[in-house]
Amino acid sequence: MPPAEGLRPINTGRSGPFSSPKVGTLGSARDRPGALTPDTTPGVGFATKRGTELTFKRKAGPLVGLTAAALVLTACATSERDSGTSTDTGTAGTDGETTSAVFTFGGAGAPATFDPYYASDGETFRVSRQIFENLIGITPGTADLEPELAESWEPDDSGLNWTFTLRDDVTFHDGTPFDAEAACANFERMFDQNEVGRSVAYYWGATFGAFADDADNSLYQGCEVTGEHELVMTISRVTSKFPAILSLTSFGMQSPTALEEGDANGISQSGEAFVYPENANNPVGTGPYTFSGYDEATRTVTLERYDEYWGEPAKTEQIVIRAIPDESTRRQELQAGGIDGYDLPNPVDWQGLEDEGNQVEVRPAFNVFYLGLNPTNNEALKDLRVRQAIYHALNREQLVQTQLPEGAAVATQFMPDTVAGYNSELEPYPYDPERAQQLLAEAGAEDLTLVFAYPTEVTRPYMPDPVKLYDAMKADLEAVGITVETVTDPWAGGYLDKAYTDYDAHFLGWTGDINSADNFLASFFGNVERNRFATNLQDFGTELGEAIVAADGILDEAERTAAYEELNQRIMEEWLPGLPISHSSPAIVVSGDVTGLVASPLTAERFDTIEVSGGN
Amino acid sequence: MLRFIVRRMVQLIGVVLVLSLLLFFWLRSLPGGPINALLGDRATPEQQEQLEQLLGLDQPLYVQYLRYMGRALQGEFGSSSSVIPGTDAFDVFLSRFPATIELAFFSVTLAIITAIPLGYFAARRRGRAVDNISIVASLVGIAVPVFFLAFLLKYYFSVKLGWLPVSGRQANLGCTRVTNFFILDGLLTREFDCSVSAVKHLILPSIALASIPFAVVFRITRASVLDVLHEDYVRTAEAKGLTARVIRGRHVLRNAMLPVLTIVGLQVGALLAGAVLTETVFSFPGIGEALALSFSARDYAVLQILILMSAVVFVVVNLVVDILYAVVDPRVRTS
Repeated sequence: MPPAEGLRPINTGRSGPFSSPKVGTLGSARDRPGALTPDTTPGVGFATKRGTELTFKRKAGPLVGLTAAALVLTACATSERDSGTSTDTGTAGTDGETTSAVFTFGGAGAPATFDPYYASDGETFRVSRQIFENLIGITPGTADLEPELAESWEPDDSGLNWTFTLRDDVTFHDGTPFDAEAACANFERMFDQNEVGRSVAYYWGATFGAFADDADNSLYQGCEVTGEHELVMTISRVTSKFPAILSLTSFGMQSPTALEEGDANGISQSGEAFVYPENANNPVGTGPYTFSGYDEATRTVTLERYDEYWGEPAKTEQIVIRAIPDESTRRQELQAGGIDGYDLPNPVDWQGLEDEGNQVEVRPAFNVFYLGLNPTNNEALKDLRVRQAIYHALNREQLVQTQLPEGAAVATQFMPDTVAGYNSELEPYPYDPERAQQLLAEAGAEDLTLVFAYPTEVTRPYMPDPVKLYDAMKADLEAVGITVETVTDPWAGGYLDKAYTDYDAHFLGWTGDINSADNFLASFFGNVERNRFATNLQDFGTELGEAIVAADGILDEAERTAAYEELNQRIMEEWLPGLPISHSSPAIVVSGDVTGLVASPLTAERFDTIEVSGGN
Repeated sequence: MLRFIVRRMVQLIGVVLVLSLLLFFWLRSLPGGPINALLGDRATPEQQEQLEQLLGLDQPLYVQYLRYMGRALQGEFGSSSSVIPGTDAFDVFLSRFPATIELAFFSVTLAIITAIPLGYFAARRRGRAVDNISIVASLVGIAVPVFFLAFLLKYYFSVKLGWLPVSGRQANLGCTRVTNFFILDGLLTREFDCSVSAVKHLILPSIALASIPFAVVFRITRASVLDVLHEDYVRTAEAKGLTARVIRGRHVLRNAMLPVLTIVGLQVGALLAGAVLTETVFSFPGIGEALALSFSARDYAVLQILILMSAVVFVVVNLVVDILYAVVDPRVRTS
């Protein structure tokens, strides 16, 4: 697919993952007929009087040199831009109203790479979702699965062999047909990674467990082409996460031609980071938009509508995603009309943004914010009554109303109500300071001291303002006689590591990747030997871990859901390894001119349904 | 002069070596590391440990340092983990430095063309309105935080009036890159709209950033001119019957410029090392913003090269100032 008129294929201005810069040519002046060259003939252009000549040489010489150099550069540097490059043109909509051909979005950062397989950051996924599609998709506005490149799928009786029937009308952006061979080539590529790739491919490691070098321990056991548009994927054990994991953005289908030409698995190490292969610079998928280019100098990704798309064509011709790391700057850009929308507006700005005519789309909550309790350095926390006392001491209703954005809710368990296995019978632990004091007294922990940590240099959708949340909770705990020792560490500066061992209590949370109870519970407690609740020190730790594995392995969906409901009840009533606090609803904001955006609980919005009216 | 320059260059090599050693150990003594940026904050301890082993982060620091120096001597400074992932750290510096140079050039030029004449006139009219107003302006320049000034500028000139862009370095015009100096590139390739866009994007950050050098240069110019005005040679020149223009230009301004030159040199050096706040608030992709990003993500390779190169730039700028000093003041040359 050639780049659209007026846009270069890519312009990174750097080497590395986004390839070498495509810059204007600066050829040698000798190579170019008619190009200006510095004239070195003595005396030419100089006055005849010796004194004058000296003065000329001394004062005007550099100027002449500079001018000549500039002329040479000007003669040799050529524009690579076609005429009429403007990316912000208005077009007439079907209803006669003027619509913009471009939707410009403000991202919080630049994508780390354009190969989603090696990515784990939201900005890479935001771009990837427009370019790539998966065998299984997500119904817009929900976390539910729906057919995408696979029309249907079903397991055999063992639950280990899954037959996928693929669409037969799909081509990749480079013209390569999408078929069963292409799909299997993708999975084999993901499975067969070198040492660096195995370390970088977070989502494969987290879901399939192992790679080709350790095939026996991998959930993935193979992909067999059984027809032009039919394949059978074999897995090693029954798990609730399969086939939902195939909807993860990391596992989007890439053109096998591009994978091969771009040496997709040729990732290597350099110093304390990686060098990505050329494929990471040339994403070729089947989605509604093609990759047009990334300009590192302006940190702008440009995507063009894919006219051969198998589904409903994208409404907007072009998507431009600009990295604007500062949140207040993103807001000002929206106010000034520089962008049409941005993600994760600060909750304190929501009302103001709406008052200015923008649309704040609140996503359904798909996360949990919890207070982790860790008995490693505090024996008292091994006592269920102490953990319950802390829970009763927290006025979570007030916390949700005063410190969290609209749409937030008090949590009753470690997963939101949109996840299958959520137990709707559970009631929140009531705010009851007297009961808290009573439980502490019963446990002999009236003089309880908690090393209570919160992270700095971070906000998360479930934790928009850690300091304010901390202050509120600290006051609640002190009100029942608990002594709180405050600890802070930077999020990327050791907080996440220290939560395993150093803190008695800490803030953390989780946003679901897929609609799976295991995606929540196993992330928290699945690794019995090492988790941030130190459940290995609790007498229930092993039982909890085994119960999670057992529920995950149930093939029958209804039976599995019931198992998770029971498990949630036991976690909250019998074990209480930590205290789920709340579920928050992150938002995405677009201007009043934008229609068609469907907010996703997974923050997995696709932009192909968006229209921008009125031009920009 | 040549010996002087060579001696300073040798000193610079020493500075770079010592600084690289200190930086290496200091950065790695900070809590955290690049693993979070590389794997995301969801990675399990096993995944983190596996990656730490692969990258050699589990090795003793002196081993890591020797490896780093071994690579650096071959011109390989390690890939960026977060600023421009996968790109060699030195290329990150090269891609960001032109932006900072453009911004520093605009800011310092703005500061000089306003502060020096104003400082001169304030000194000549000491105690009068122009003097008092200028002093207040310079105090405001120092006292108002840059990020607040930046916010106000953006609010009025971008959001309210819509005259100038809010952030970034250039509109998405598909401009051709030649040198990565956007104004120059636009002129060279005759994509004049690209140059205009780059200039527009520079105006507000330059004003915000110029507020500090403006205040400093103004006050130094004023004080220096006041000193020189009372020098004997000025009185002698007046007694000789020289014209006021000659006295102002040759005797007052030229002599008064010596301390100003030093200050301007220091300011240029500091601005070229990156204006963290201004670049961050304007999402201006220069050295300062890269410093902030690399620090928060513990992008060791980039952090290290940016700080090292900032030191090199600072030393080189001061060397240039010293040379200019000799040009302006012949006494320095003879000494």
